Amino acid sequence: MMNNPPAVAVHAHGLTVRRGTGRTPRTVLDSLDFDVPRGRITGLLGPSGCGKSTLMRAVVATQAHVTGTLDVLGRPAGHPELRSRIGYVTQAPSVYDDLTVRQNLDYFAAVLDPGRAAADRRRAAVDRAITDVDLTSRAGALAGNLSGGQRSRVSLAVALLGTPELLVLDEPTVGLDPVLRRDLWNLFHDIAATRGATILVSSHVMDEAERCHDLLLMREGRILAQDTPDALRTRTDTTTVEEGFLRLVDEAGAAARETQETQAR
Amino acid sequence: MNTARTTATAARVLRQLRHDPRSIALMLLVPVLMLTLLRFVFDGDAHTFDNIGASLLGIFPLITMFLVTSIATLRERTSGTLERLLAMPLGKGDLIAGYALAFGAVAVVQSVLATGLALWLLGLDVTGSPWLLLLVALLDALLGTALGLFVSAFAASEFQAVQFMPAVIFPQLLLCGLFAARDTMHPVLEGLSDVLPMSYAVDGMTQVLTHTDMTADFVRDAVIVAACALLVLALGAATLRRRTP
Repeated sequence: MMNNPPAVAVHAHGLTVRRGTGRTPRTVLDSLDFDVPRGRITGLLGPSGCGKSTLMRAVVATQAHVTGTLDVLGRPAGHPELRSRIGYVTQAPSVYDDLTVRQNLDYFAAVLDPGRAAADRRRAAVDRAITDVDLTSRAGALAGNLSGGQRSRVSLAVALLGTPELLVLDEPTVGLDPVLRRDLWNLFHDIAATRGATILVSSHVMDEAERCHDLLLMREGRILAQDTPDALRTRTDTTTVEEGFLRLVDEAGAAARETQETQAR
Repeated sequence: MNTARTTATAARVLRQLRHDPRSIALMLLVPVLMLTLLRFVFDGDAHTFDNIGASLLGIFPLITMFLVTSIATLRERTSGTLERLLAMPLGKGDLIAGYALAFGAVAVVQSVLATGLALWLLGLDVTGSPWLLLLVALLDALLGTALGLFVSAFAASEFQAVQFMPAVIFPQLLLCGLFAARDTMHPVLEGLSDVLPMSYAVDGMTQVLTHTDMTADFVRDAVIVAACALLVLALGAATLRRRTP
């Protein structure tokens, strides 16, 4: 019997990231505290440039200069064991343009689950990933010849290989048409519900927030709020997450001004 | 290191290449055409053709593999696939060995074609065994792959990567003994040529050209080129970072 897995997939305390070289490194993430619950879809929302990608890169341990506590699936972020347990999709599709969809997946599957003995398992995983992102009819096409939306779905399919326990998706629905966006969100919900995976998904489109179980609202390297969409709307007395976000931004701005004025006196 | 991941990487690199037949044609045919050109440039001077031809058999694989690898790994860095791979359970050694294996295989085909043509059609007169020529060519290809991998870490674009070719290869080409015997150079340059790996690559070819047996100098040359290749590969591995700023 396995020990009870902790209820949080990602736990951060005082998470700070500085970027840039020289004497004046810029603080991109400023002492964040947050938890990403297991088995649920957590949306990371905020305007472009607020540090969403950096936070995700810290979780998958491709970001340098990370300080503070960051535990992922019960291990410190960057633990080698985590590499096969996390699926990560970068903002720009990271696939080989000069390979076909299936060849791309075949290779990444071989990295995750190497060896001749695993060939059948790999083929099944590749087939399932291609079906998941609805690219069966384009499986033999070169990734470079696909449309932007199709390429980002190949990139997503790579992350679905190997049944990861945590999926980190950096703006996976950018530039997709409404039908595809709906289909992908249905897929995310399906993966969370039937495969028990935790999903951390970022977006700068606030209407996607309504589709998440939990929200992390970010602005300028800080967490503005961590709540469910319902609780956020109730708390801010608004009808949409977008309005709620704007109200929080205004409140934070007003509070900051007050502090400045107090300090000036 | 994991053999299955290494071979999967090599297979992937070759598969990428297969979708680019023009690059394959250029890699395989340019050395052949250049050797043919050289043969008729020195139409009345067979001895010079022997000397330069043998050296070029070592230099071609180095230059080709340098260019191909530097661009290929730069693409891997800029397309985000490197970041993705390093977030996966892939060892840096697996990736580098995979590249070396794939381009090494291409280098074997290239060298077999070039050496075969030079020896049997163009009348290149070699005293030693053609197998030894092939061995040096392969080591040179490995060195080219290693250098290409290394410099790709310092290039931010394909523009810059291509500019590294003259910067890294040209000085070695001038100092390797192809244009002037190394012991006739200014002592400073001679000293410099003593520490550049291409000098040993060319010297190795010359040893095969002039001796029937494997000489001690040949063994020294081969070991030095191989050691340089491994050293630069290790340096290249150090430039692959799982965490980037």
